[in-house]
Amino acid sequence: MTAALRFDPIRLPSECEQLRKEVRAFLAEEIAAGTFDPHKPNREDTDVPEFSRKVGARGWLGMTWPKKYGGHERSFLERYVVTEEMRVANAPTRRFFVADRQSGPVLLKYAPEHIKMEILPRICRGEICFAIGMSEPNSGSDLFAAQTRATKTDGGYLINGTKIWTSSAHIADYMIAIFRTSPPTKENRRHGLTQFLVKMKQPGIQVNPIGQITGQYEFNEVVFTDHFIPEDHVLGEVDGAWKQATSELAYERSGPERFLETYYVLTELVRAVGSNPDTRSAEGIGRLVAQVHTMRRMSVSVAGMLQAGKEPVVEASIVKDIGTIWEQQLPHRVRELAAFVEETATNRETLEKQLDFAIKTAPKLTIQGGTTEVLRGIIARGLGLR
Amino acid sequence: MAESENIVAETAEKIFADLADAQTINRDNKGEWKAPLWQALTDAGLPLAWVPEDCGGSGASLAEGFSVLSAAGRFAVAVPLTETMLAGWLLAQAKIASPGGEMTVVPASPKDRITVNADGSLSGRARGVPFAKVAKHFAVLANDAKGDFSIALLDAGKCRIESGLNLGGDPSDVVMLDKVPPVAIKPAPTGFDQARLMLMGGVARSLQIAGALESMLEISVRYSNERVAFEKKISKFQAVQHNLARLAGESAAALAAATSAADAIANATSFNDEVFLEAVAAKIRCAEAAEKGGGIAHQVHGAIGFTIEHILHRYSLRALAWRDDFGSESYWAVALGKLVCNRGADELWPLVASR
Repeated sequence: MTAALRFDPIRLPSECEQLRKEVRAFLAEEIAAGTFDPHKPNREDTDVPEFSRKVGARGWLGMTWPKKYGGHERSFLERYVVTEEMRVANAPTRRFFVADRQSGPVLLKYAPEHIKMEILPRICRGEICFAIGMSEPNSGSDLFAAQTRATKTDGGYLINGTKIWTSSAHIADYMIAIFRTSPPTKENRRHGLTQFLVKMKQPGIQVNPIGQITGQYEFNEVVFTDHFIPEDHVLGEVDGAWKQATSELAYERSGPERFLETYYVLTELVRAVGSNPDTRSAEGIGRLVAQVHTMRRMSVSVAGMLQAGKEPVVEASIVKDIGTIWEQQLPHRVRELAAFVEETATNRETLEKQLDFAIKTAPKLTIQGGTTEVLRGIIARGLGLR
Repeated sequence: MAESENIVAETAEKIFADLADAQTINRDNKGEWKAPLWQALTDAGLPLAWVPEDCGGSGASLAEGFSVLSAAGRFAVAVPLTETMLAGWLLAQAKIASPGGEMTVVPASPKDRITVNADGSLSGRARGVPFAKVAKHFAVLANDAKGDFSIALLDAGKCRIESGLNLGGDPSDVVMLDKVPPVAIKPAPTGFDQARLMLMGGVARSLQIAGALESMLEISVRYSNERVAFEKKISKFQAVQHNLARLAGESAAALAAATSAADAIANATSFNDEVFLEAVAAKIRCAEAAEKGGGIAHQVHGAIGFTIEHILHRYSLRALAWRDDFGSESYWAVALGKLVCNRGADELWPLVASR
């Protein structure tokens, strides 16, 4: 067999079920208190600092990290449960999601001890927001074409250049970014980029919001002009960011957020159709449920294999590839079925508004976090084709 | 996978590799490979894997049996192994001992019904029964006028059979019962109904489809690394790479859905909505993958994959054929949709996230 794919039938352990109940109860309380409306994924106020702090106080941020940094040393599968319940409830996770999933683990691995002690507990308390500075005007999927310079100066580096499509940069306290410290070499075009911790809201950083086709302003242009970064904010090896970027991607690619972003339209369709569906609606809903069930089984399987110390890199890329295509198609399939919903359905307007938003959201889903084209290249490499 | 599953699956794999090589079978116009393969499977106790030792079988666990079916799918095995295993399993539900030789289950479609007459004989018509023509016995699920289910063993020679072939060229027959007296008949266990039989059969077919897709992926990757066009291996073309990545995705989805469903059934203490979701979702998703994935495998192979000489059709056509057995994906999608709507919108996520 060239590349036998593995999807072990992983079941969430029993401690996850107790945790799930706690998360659901917490979310129900927050909904009742008016913190957020689960039926409105398109709300303006996606940054809700009090909610972020409450989630931190519950112990649901930095769940898998060491206790000395404010973490809780729980399993990756427990974190999975919290993530999926928040996502399905349309909870406002914007402020903490990137820090918890991605930035924290990078700091854990590459930051100096005093920075870990300073920043990680604040992530765990839900106090700070992170952005990721990867893309540039002339460097998107081709990460290693990044041009923004970090020039050595006394005690640190001066940054000049522009990052773009940077989600949450307008509210972020920190950014983890890659900057060019040396030119690429003839032998290795990936050489010369270094990962940095950037403190936002400082001189030399200008954040310009960019409107999205959904009407939201989630991503930004971030312009650096002689912005100073101290020496100890270098993360990992100078010129060697390319060695560091790939190992965590399996976590990032295969989580519940990779197939549940438009899930709410399916719930709302079921509500609109009612308890006694016609054959067409029943078949349509049945097929969609079979898909979401399968996606979740694949995603949980990868999470379980990661927890067990395996490295299902190709499997994780497959989850992202078919997961994003599924969540992209979902609103269109729901729209087709919604055409048969009775005029009298009480949630008709909610469903229509959700569909408008989900259909507008769909194009980004196969772009963020690795485009479909890039992922298929990774899968092809795993299959032995490249 | 537990170690015992490995051993049973490895035994099956070895027999298939030795006696069911696709290339050899494909060249054998007379079907001379069938008898030695069946004999070896029988000697290893595999056809009656799911029959307890006191009912004449080898008493393997459900999980071990499912791992045999995955292997059977990877080799697109065209003898009634799955069918005999299912028949033995069905008979064992009512503690009816299994005879030797090939068997199959009746009915094999959720829409067909077999009835128990007042005199204890069986009547009815079942279409699309796999391998009925070569089976010596049938394991039958039938209900009486009150709706109570019984399980019966029938001598195939006492039944009228109208021969047919499925897309893969394997027997798929109509079985007609006109007051046929059973060899044995006993009441089915409480709660055992036709849906249970169909879903067990459906999970078996899902595992076989997933196995066939694994092989289609493997032979498609291999072919793309051999075939040269425009002065390079076609595996170097990005369009081909992306197609194969999609085939890997379909294969992965089928594998995940089928193995999860098999695991759910193997460990089920009751047959609740969660187990139902696992079983029908696997059949739906695997059937969809058979269409999409098989299509890509053929696309990669070009004209050679469309020839009878090439082995691709052994996998692609069987995977398509297996979609129809024990309820098609559209049939089960309607059933699943009704269940979901009946439970209500706010009960959908708890169902999906139940394990």
